[in-house]
Amino acid sequence: MSQFVRFTIEGTECMASKGQYIVEAAKENGIYIPTLCNYTGVKPKGGCRICTIRVNGKLMTACTTPVAEGMNIENDVEDIRELRKSIVELLMVEGNHFCPACEKSGQCELQALAYRFQVMVPRFPYQFPLRKVDGSNPKIIKDQNRCIQCKRCIRSIKDEKGRNIFAYRRRSSSVEVVIDAKLGKQLTDELAQKAMDVCPVGSILVKEKGFVIPIGERKYDKKPIGSDIENMQVSKI
Amino acid sequence: MKAAVKKTIEKYGNDKFRLMDVLIDIQQQNGYISKEAVAQIAEEYGMSEVDVEQTLSFYHFFSPKPTGKYSIYLNNSAVANMMGRDEVAATFQKELGIKFGEVTPDGRAGLFETSCIGMNDQEPAAIINNRIFNRLTPFRVKEIVRDIKEGKEISEMNVQDWGDGENRSDLVRSVVSNNIRKIGPVLERTFKAGQVIEKIIKMKPEEVIDEVKKSNMRGRGGAGFPTGLKWEFCRNAVGEKKYIFCNADEGEPGTFKDRVILTQRARLLFEGMVIAGYAVGASEGIVYVRFEYKYLEQHLESILQQARDAHYLGKNILGKKGFDFDIRIQFGAGAYVCGEESALIESAEGKRGEPRDRPPFPVEKGYHDMPTVVNNVETLCSVVKIILNGGEWYKSIGTNESTGTKLLSISGDCKYSGVYEVVWGFSILDILDMVGTNIDDVQAVQVGGPSGAIIASNEFTRILGYEDLATGGSLIIIGKHRDILNDIVLNFMDFFIDESCGSCSTCRIVPTLMRNKLLKILNARGVRQDIDDMVAWGKILKASRCGLGQTAANPILSSLKNFPHLYEEKIQKNKSFDSGFDLNSVIKESAKATGRVPNV
Repeated sequence: MSQFVRFTIEGTECMASKGQYIVEAAKENGIYIPTLCNYTGVKPKGGCRICTIRVNGKLMTACTTPVAEGMNIENDVEDIRELRKSIVELLMVEGNHFCPACEKSGQCELQALAYRFQVMVPRFPYQFPLRKVDGSNPKIIKDQNRCIQCKRCIRSIKDEKGRNIFAYRRRSSSVEVVIDAKLGKQLTDELAQKAMDVCPVGSILVKEKGFVIPIGERKYDKKPIGSDIENMQVSKI
Repeated sequence: MKAAVKKTIEKYGNDKFRLMDVLIDIQQQNGYISKEAVAQIAEEYGMSEVDVEQTLSFYHFFSPKPTGKYSIYLNNSAVANMMGRDEVAATFQKELGIKFGEVTPDGRAGLFETSCIGMNDQEPAAIINNRIFNRLTPFRVKEIVRDIKEGKEISEMNVQDWGDGENRSDLVRSVVSNNIRKIGPVLERTFKAGQVIEKIIKMKPEEVIDEVKKSNMRGRGGAGFPTGLKWEFCRNAVGEKKYIFCNADEGEPGTFKDRVILTQRARLLFEGMVIAGYAVGASEGIVYVRFEYKYLEQHLESILQQARDAHYLGKNILGKKGFDFDIRIQFGAGAYVCGEESALIESAEGKRGEPRDRPPFPVEKGYHDMPTVVNNVETLCSVVKIILNGGEWYKSIGTNESTGTKLLSISGDCKYSGVYEVVWGFSILDILDMVGTNIDDVQAVQVGGPSGAIIASNEFTRILGYEDLATGGSLIIIGKHRDILNDIVLNFMDFFIDESCGSCSTCRIVPTLMRNKLLKILNARGVRQDIDDMVAWGKILKASRCGLGQTAANPILSSLKNFPHLYEEKIQKNKSFDSGFDLNSVIKESAKATGRVPNV
């Protein structure tokens, strides 16, 4: 039997299993903490910083911090909402995101977060970086314009020997996620599809396939991101 | 080539966690790391090529392309600029006929920029094939380039006299000066290697920790965590093996005290590691040394060997059964962020130097996920003296909250740049007096490097200590004649932009946006809103994972706070908006090519 811990989010008493990451613990209590680089089942990395919360007065990431007894968590408060909105805007201006022409529109988590935080025009100047579209892989297109360097693909797509098919290259503002030329050639259809599904934005696209689900009927077309958690029936522990 | 790569991999035990060492060796042998070498390493380690490349491309001193038979890395720190780097840089380019980032067509020489190399007290300085060339002048550069063209050995190129102390020794042979200006309990010379190890083997490990706790010593890297407590956490953590890391990756521009300790007091440092190992129950110590100090490698290895010969290292140290501890040196390859303890561990495991998420802290899960203590060079040296003379003795030095002494690296516009060991509680005024600077000539002092604060004369009575001006030890004196925004702040922002690991969105994006705002103001296109934006955007960085990201806006925020007039006098008072976009200058080239005159 797992041990339970008590904690509060905005003063509301919550309960969860000890050692659970705060994002998951909040979810079980019907509270949505926005995430972007986090992906269920994959080791968290705390890269995008969207899930930043304040624990006992200190900024931490909810996807990497295990919940502990007596934590006072601030999640949906003015300055943190503002911070999260800023991060969405930062990611928007860092790359070249043209939503209307993107295959992932309506299924893109960055776009969905922008809607949720009501981003109209980013407060930051667009950087309009010169980025490449890598079509060299037989199965997928890697569009660097839309990549947000979240590492989801790096962390979850491996070959049968556990080798990384995706990796970071360089550092600082010139960092990019690249595909291994050799291992990438052996990408199966399943893995290619998984890579596309894991990507929160439209940076990894399976070739020769598009708009299977029409615009208007996609995941975030009707309900904002996070609403499934907020409308969840919380089982009383 | 293939055989050489294989041999290198074998040299490091076919262990993929030693990827850094393998890459360093190959880079040293060939001047670059070829695609073929990457493919072979990937094959041998069972990794993908992009995985090898992600480490390779992270570090400044690794290159996938040839860097020349002579690879020249000229420091571009703010103090180098203050000391006349511009002329030196121009002379290198002119004499070699190449620009920075290029290699001569014959492949003989490559010229590159690099962040502070820990020689602020003897700038302008460069690293050429791991050797330091300091106090460069245009004339000296001409000599160097002439030697390069003649194909002289690097060791023959030093026409000046060797530096002082161990710099003169056969294993160093360097022109570097120690510039030790003030000695205190840590740097004093009477210490004899093994002296304190003899003492601790008669103590229980817990007693050693208690003594350190009693001293109230706090980590000297900057964060100031109590050392005794850190050791206790690690001692109590569960793990089959424990590690002691010495963080000798001092990369904060303006700091060079660890260079001096590694040169003159390495025995003291290693003794501190042995003590830490005994206290926490660790069997292996790793000194992570920044690549810039590679010229000290043989010197350090030889001191380690002497320690082994004297049974201060190895199995059953000084006959104490079960007291096993040895030390190895791990070089970095040019990344400031590796000075952050968890990034340093990642790097020592052969990976990109990206800080880890905490918790868990290294004392619980560090190197190879085992309990690990990471201590600063100076911390470990201080500990030796604490055990030698007692925690109470140490506590009696300094202030209530900051016990003991602090090594300062002082450079910039002062007469006597160098390393000073001072008692905590020293004021900035005391320091200015000590370094031979007239207070009337000083405009500002940068305390704690770019991540610290720039303070003006109204704050010179403040004291150094965790309770007031906390510092890792870098102090840069900035004279009245300097242009703070152009010479200092802009340089520091560029530094943070280059050195970000790139994994946090905040630190990867915000510093560039802020630097661009600063440039806009410097170009006389700024308005009030730009200042307000910088203040607001700087706050976003507080959500970054590590100290680098969290402090990356400090050059701007701190100068805005303490030197607001510098910004005020540059912004346009009659305008509330300026896009900063200059159409005329943007179309200048095309207008010229088409023979038109810009008229917008």
